[in-house]
Amino acid sequence: MDFYYGMAQLIGVHTLLGLSAYVVLLTGQVSMAQAGFFAIGAYLAGMLTVLAGWHIVPAMLLAAVASAFVATVVGFPALRVKGLMLVVATLAFGEAVRIFWFNFDYQIAKGNIQVGPLGGEGFKQIRYFPENGWSTADVALFIWAWVIAAMVALWWLDRSRVGSVLRAVGEDELAAQSVGINLTAVKVSAMTIGGFIAGLGGAIYAHYTTHIEHLNFGVILATFAIAYPILGGLSSVIGVLIAVIFIQGFLVEVLRFMGDWRNLLFGALIVLAMNVRPDGLFDARAMRTLRRLFGARDA
Amino acid sequence: MLELHSLSKHFGGVRAVDDLSLTVNQGEIFGLIGPNGSGKSTTVNLICGVFPTTSGAVVFEGQDITDAASHRVVAAGIGRTFQNIRLFGDLTVWQNLWVAQNSVEERETGWFARWLGGQRRGRDYAGELLKFAGLADRANELARNLAFGEQRRLEMARALAARPKLLLLDEPAAGMNAEEVGQLATRIRALREHGMTILLVEHVMELVMGVTDRIAVLNFGQKIAEGAPAEIQSDPAVRTAYLGTADA
Repeated sequence: MDFYYGMAQLIGVHTLLGLSAYVVLLTGQVSMAQAGFFAIGAYLAGMLTVLAGWHIVPAMLLAAVASAFVATVVGFPALRVKGLMLVVATLAFGEAVRIFWFNFDYQIAKGNIQVGPLGGEGFKQIRYFPENGWSTADVALFIWAWVIAAMVALWWLDRSRVGSVLRAVGEDELAAQSVGINLTAVKVSAMTIGGFIAGLGGAIYAHYTTHIEHLNFGVILATFAIAYPILGGLSSVIGVLIAVIFIQGFLVEVLRFMGDWRNLLFGALIVLAMNVRPDGLFDARAMRTLRRLFGARDA
Repeated sequence: MLELHSLSKHFGGVRAVDDLSLTVNQGEIFGLIGPNGSGKSTTVNLICGVFPTTSGAVVFEGQDITDAASHRVVAAGIGRTFQNIRLFGDLTVWQNLWVAQNSVEERETGWFARWLGGQRRGRDYAGELLKFAGLADRANELARNLAFGEQRRLEMARALAARPKLLLLDEPAAGMNAEEVGQLATRIRALREHGMTILLVEHVMELVMGVTDRIAVLNFGQKIAEGAPAEIQSDPAVRTAYLGTADA
């Protein structure tokens, strides 16, 4: 049973990561910085519960706010570059964050052991959940409460005017400006929301794995983050969830017997998906069909 | 209402717009015509802040809007359409208008209420616009699925959704047949009845001669004539530059 709870935890956290990239991608920005925001959330939340002894919820929220703040700061210079240059710039930022944690030491004595992040050794003993007697099932439920909250919030945002404005910017910046949309405000807001959600995801991740190190937050994680909304399509947040289940559940777990060859399959799949279904596995048409299957009326 | 003062735009050595001065009065339909590459669209883009001016000034209702950001130009009260239609294809017809209404409501309500407000707000005005554009029954269609003529009409409605005082129409009749051009002319006149001022950049002569009050003619970025349609048609310099010498 624990295997399935572990799976649920992993999928939940990666869904948050994917959602953070989804919001940014709606405005047409391919951001490789999401792993960096995720790392900031993870380390800060860990430090707050372990070193400062905070309750996990305020620790997560503060860590997410800090990630969102960094995302805002990153958002402004990122406005100046587009397309491939933006990918390179955000990738560089993500790596800078990783290197920062690689070099960052801050330990204090707790009882007779030293706790806190220790550079390349990583940040061990983030034991909030076991110390407070949470079972694996409790943790899985806790994670999914956050995931569902984030999905509902984004679903609603998507249906409100914000969603249309974000998509308008993603589709045609010049036309968007010409109907009075302030590009700077919209793009930076999207980056900020993305930073907040990634920060939340990172904060939970740190606590359920109990041990984080800089290598967890490298290019691979950034690639996963952006792969979810690309594969899942931008028609709805559900696409992200389905993509995460497909990649983490099917590709990574079911195909475990293939060993490291899976990674090759993963790359091939992205190339294939982009060619065969450029609007994502679940594009607007597929979503409409799904909705009809579940008896909902077309909007 | 709109004044251009010695407006110039040079791309490298090319003088796309050169020392252009003109005034569009309140309630007027002003035509801007000229051969291909004479700087008509560049002028529209300069007014809208798409790219920076080389020199000169754009003044709208006494306010200097030279090189203002595009969204500020919209907020000041100038709407536009594009020569090559630029709709938000993945949004529905209705959402295209909804997005454009954003900036109006910015002036009227706080951003929070405006962004998070439900779809119902602003629906009445959008409904009116859709009726005006003859798209009332297409509201939930994706913009990309519209026919060409419908897309042109939607783009005009989208520009109107931001409630401009001055509307810049960049070749609105391009690719239209005679019947559609006739409907467009009716629509443009109806807008004027509602107090809209219009700057019409156009190639199609029947439309320009039929609806405008005054016309300015551009050639190689410079204004070579200005006056009532009848004067322009008989102006020898215009005939040479624009209508061609062959039929003179």
